[in-house]
Amino acid sequence: MSQSIRADFPILDRQAHGEPLVYLDSAATTQKPQAVIDAVSGYYETMNANVHRAAHALADEATQAFEAAREKVRAFINAPTREQVIFTRGTTESINLVANALSQRLSPGDEILITRLEHHSNIVPWQMLAQRSGATLVACDITDNGDIDLEDFARRLNDKTRVVAINHVSNALGTVNPVETLIGQAHAVGAVVLIDGAQASAHLPLDMVSLDCDFYAFSSHKMFGPTGIGVLYGKRDLLEALPPWQGGGEMIEHVTMEHTTYNVLPYKFEAGTPNISGAVGLGAAVDYLTSIPQADLVAQEDRLVQLAVSELKQMPGVRLVGEPERRLSVISFLVDGAHPNDIGTLMDRQGIAVRTGHHCTMPLMERLGTPGTVRASFSLYNSQDDVDRFVAGIRKAQSFV
Amino acid sequence: MTEGITELDAIRESFEFFDAWEDKYRFVIDLGKDLPSLPDHQRVEDNLVRGCQSQVWLVVGDGPDGSLQLSIDSDAHIVRGLIAIVLAAFDGRTPEDILGFDIEALFAELDLLSHLSQTRGNGLRAMVARIRSVAEARLASSDRG
Ligand SMILES: Cc1ncc(COP(=O)(O)O)c(C=O)c1O
Repeated sequence: MSQSIRADFPILDRQAHGEPLVYLDSAATTQKPQAVIDAVSGYYETMNANVHRAAHALADEATQAFEAAREKVRAFINAPTREQVIFTRGTTESINLVANALSQRLSPGDEILITRLEHHSNIVPWQMLAQRSGATLVACDITDNGDIDLEDFARRLNDKTRVVAINHVSNALGTVNPVETLIGQAHAVGAVVLIDGAQASAHLPLDMVSLDCDFYAFSSHKMFGPTGIGVLYGKRDLLEALPPWQGGGEMIEHVTMEHTTYNVLPYKFEAGTPNISGAVGLGAAVDYLTSIPQADLVAQEDRLVQLAVSELKQMPGVRLVGEPERRLSVISFLVDGAHPNDIGTLMDRQGIAVRTGHHCTMPLMERLGTPGTVRASFSLYNSQDDVDRFVAGIRKAQSFV
Repeated sequence: MTEGITELDAIRESFEFFDAWEDKYRFVIDLGKDLPSLPDHQRVEDNLVRGCQSQVWLVVGDGPDGSLQLSIDSDAHIVRGLIAIVLAAFDGRTPEDILGFDIEALFAELDLLSHLSQTRGNGLRAMVARIRSVAEARLASSDRG
């Protein structure tokens, strides 16, 4: 099973510092299967043109491929209509789009509720919105294990809360958050809910209808697709009602020097020439992901992560950071007497790619009382051998310090 | 000052014998272990060198004959080792000496940067840039004075 999956990813055959590569940084970005690489180069080799504009064969084909990718994403996340799937540059741009479009709806006294577990991408746009609108940014605490403190969340939620923004899966600790429950509670006070799904889309089945969030943001490059493209899903009535964010070509219906009428969804939010090859690549990534039986995918990955977790727990001098109730893909840890960067460098020399530092979650690191961690993140192409090399790599790194 | 040269020469000599990366790293980490730490009151925000992935604190004092006395510390072992090498080149030197010293050539000779990822290499450069800018400022003010 995993052997054939591994063979789909040509980069995994390479070496790093003369050792066979062990890639454990998929939370930063996943590697790409041959099918995605072929889709992107095939697009440029056979149909490159601008979309939605010229009336010629290539433009028609490019437009069709671009819109077919949108339909694939729609089906993948079970969004009711394709108009609710907006292409952006990625999670970060999706969140900024929403935060900007909501500007006029917030005023002093209103509250925006996030958590301590957020990526900077799901903090800073809300801080900026708070500054623009006079609203207050409120952060709900987490438990020492790295779960959202549900009591604190309920306490901080009130009828002044207008926006709630939470990650689905934490990129720093791997915590899978109970977003269904939190969305229900937020809706009960009338808040609009955005879910940052950057770390979820490659691992969890997504269903926008049953999840019932107002917005969902994710990045192609974290789910086997190209960089530079991502998605914002939104509820239709909200997307219709919100003003556009960026102005330019594509997003207009009619322009005079005095006035512009805006295009329909999804184009209203897609100013300028989109990342067409990126969308085509994302479509291929969705095809690839859906071709793998979900049960196999989750089982294999979970087994490796659990194995690595139990190995780490037995290693003297190694301390897990975060022991969430439900963990996905990510393991953060510290080695006694060593800085995470020391371990990262010593692992890198052995061909093992892990990430070290604050993982764009400085408020979380502050809460956990550490400037950073070493983070290993697993994906469907990792193997038992990767876990063995990872554990041996930590042992060796420990011997240096 | 001659002591400084000896120290740097000793480092250079040791590096010549290393084939395996393991040996080089063990040596660098051991250099770091011998480096004196800054007291807590100097491990503060104001002394942080920006652009480093690990925290690096730098304090500059005045030595004899216009030389600069450098104290640098970090919370990471490998970085402390690199600091020891940087100090062997720069500590106790005059601003003129510091500005005239080709540290990039030293890094190349020791084959240090190829062992560091881009971001970590940038941190080392940020440290050197900070020392050089202090040296430049001293030179400028002594010209004026
Ligand atoms: C939880 C989370 N949110 C947001 C982002 C930002 O994603 P991107 O850089 O693709 O916009 C990331 C990426 O690291 C993430 O892990």
